[in-house]
Amino acid sequence: MRIGLRTILLAGSLVIATILLFGYINNTPAAYAQAKQERSTAEVKLDNFSFGPAVTKVSAGTTVTWINRDDIPHTVASTDKAFKSKVMDTDEKFSYTFLKAGTYPYFCSIHPKMTGSVEVQ
Amino acid sequence: MPNKEWEQKTDRARPEPDHDGIDRRGFLKCMAWAGTGAFCVMQGGVLKSYSLSSLGELQKKDVAGELSFVQISDSHMGFNKPANTDVTGTLKAAIEKVNALPTTPEFLLHTGDISHLSKPEEFDTVDQILKGASVKTAFYVPGEHDVLDDDGKQYRERYGKGAKGSGWYSFDKSGVHLIGLVNVMNLKAGGLGTLGREQLEWMEKDVKKLKSSTPIVVFAHIPLWSVYPEWGWGTEDSAQALTYLKKFGSVTVLNGHIHQTMQKVEGNVTFHTASSTAFPQPEPGKAPSPGPMKVPAGQLRSLLGITNVSYVRGRHTLAVVDSKLT
Repeated sequence: MRIGLRTILLAGSLVIATILLFGYINNTPAAYAQAKQERSTAEVKLDNFSFGPAVTKVSAGTTVTWINRDDIPHTVASTDKAFKSKVMDTDEKFSYTFLKAGTYPYFCSIHPKMTGSVEVQ
Repeated sequence: MPNKEWEQKTDRARPEPDHDGIDRRGFLKCMAWAGTGAFCVMQGGVLKSYSLSSLGELQKKDVAGELSFVQISDSHMGFNKPANTDVTGTLKAAIEKVNALPTTPEFLLHTGDISHLSKPEEFDTVDQILKGASVKTAFYVPGEHDVLDDDGKQYRERYGKGAKGSGWYSFDKSGVHLIGLVNVMNLKAGGLGTLGREQLEWMEKDVKKLKSSTPIVVFAHIPLWSVYPEWGWGTEDSAQALTYLKKFGSVTVLNGHIHQTMQKVEGNVTFHTASSTAFPQPEPGKAPSPGPMKVPAGQLRSLLGITNVSYVRGRHTLAVVDSKLT
């Protein structure tokens, strides 16, 4: 009886270990990236000192990526300080995932005449 | 403040007297654009503009005085886009121009955007090049490119020791009171350059003790007059700063940021913007955006330059003379 119980416990531990191990293997960067790609995305271009589109409408959970196509560095800074990029030189990118519904106005903190917003539904 | 009342001079200009000679309030006339070969001198309430060909003669006769200093601006060290792939070379050329002046200036003002991306090596390169200048004292104010990602911490450590707040300060030279202001911090969405309450309060106190006959020079990166608000070329609260300077007979405001020379006279105040040593930017509204302007090879250096400022005791205003790199 004792040995039997020990065997069951050992077998159970092995099963748990296998599940954990499988979970870990399945969580490789490649698998993670695949899962991420399935999430919705949107892109905003910074060009000629303006954000295009100026208003981006997305659903909650969407990752928005800004890319700077100007010869001058810009930033993306949320007006209510929810997010702020580091300075983005030409062709550099910044991404932020919007989890909650709402309107998120933002601007370039270097050239504050550049403004835009993300509307999350 | 009125804007858009400036006009462009595209050709050689002859000496031109003021309309009334005494009351110059609201008088807007002289516009000196980079590369056009014109520059302006205001003396005793009379405006004179000359072609660059008379520069040598003028420097000896009229511009030399009690105080002479030079302004450079917008060196954007680290910029490497087609508009200028050699900003190191053009900054060196600007310093050679300074070194070639008939009289060594007493000091140099750099009105910001020293670096392009606030990188330590960019500041280092500029410091190294300035060591080659005949003039050994330099004063700085930050541009928005100098305070990226760190709220200006590095800038203040390098150039703002002893300065107040985000880097403003004042000093006296040969009877002239100079005030360096910071208008590139805490910019608000949709807005222009900002001085802020703390700096304005400091400035009010700073000038209160001065006699109204003291010549004042104010320098800051973004123009302190509304050059073109649509492109952010102005400062939200500059009008407040200028009210503190109303009692003074001579006020000269020197700025950078717009990468072209422009001059305006309004009442007791002469506004002047300097060329960049790195790349030109378009004239207000003449392009879709204020981005770097690519010009045909060979023309670039005629659109970059330095500004020489002289003060002659007893004269009403300071003489401001631009010269290009070629």
